[in-house]
Amino acid sequence: MNKQRPKNLNLLTIRFPLPAIVSILHRISGIILFLSLPFMLWALETSLHSEEQFNALKDRLATPCFKFITWACLSAFLFHVVTGIRHLLMDLDIGVSLQGGRKSAALSLLAAFILVILAGVYVW
Amino acid sequence: MVKSVLGTNHQGLRDWLYQRLTALVIVIYALCLISFMFFNPHPTFSDWQAMFSPVWVRVLTLGFIVSVLFHSWVGLWTVFTDYIKIFSVRLMLQVALIFGLLACLFWSAEILWGLSV
Repeated sequence: MNKQRPKNLNLLTIRFPLPAIVSILHRISGIILFLSLPFMLWALETSLHSEEQFNALKDRLATPCFKFITWACLSAFLFHVVTGIRHLLMDLDIGVSLQGGRKSAALSLLAAFILVILAGVYVW
Repeated sequence: MVKSVLGTNHQGLRDWLYQRLTALVIVIYALCLISFMFFNPHPTFSDWQAMFSPVWVRVLTLGFIVSVLFHSWVGLWTVFTDYIKIFSVRLMLQVALIFGLLACLFWSAEILWGLSV
């Protein structure tokens, strides 16, 4: 083997292509959603338990910390849905070319970003 | 080709299909919930309880939750298979995941039916 072959192991200069970033964010948002299941079930249980608990939950969800958690869960969900729709479209042979994949990755990032901002506006 | 004794032929295709069907159920349910919140921006306890009181709403909600749990199983199975190379660790995680998802299922059923009586 040619010992003089060029090597690039500097991770700072190796960049993931956009579709790879969207793909890994889809996975990460899915894991976050799974981990938030107990929180959501707890909220559902509390909200349906009694009027006092419903109102207590409402007050608690209005605190900054819980607003942030709610927004994070909503954002993960919206991001996962948008990039999931991208996967479904690719199953239908839409956007499976290299350029198409890059374009849909950029588009879904943009759409998810807008929805995440809107979710933040809704929560706050 | 040797036929699998466990009957796991086409398991990948089945998982692929389950993941997509459950995804559709989840999105449709989410859209219904969003439209409820749109027409009822500040629901009171009685609004909220009234929405969950019909049996069909509870059945659909449980269907939604079952879809979420199935979807989580397929998704996390994929994640474990991709990143966790040690078989015993992966197996333990998968078993823990199954128990966790089952716990969520029983908890959801209790929330939707147990507390109303």
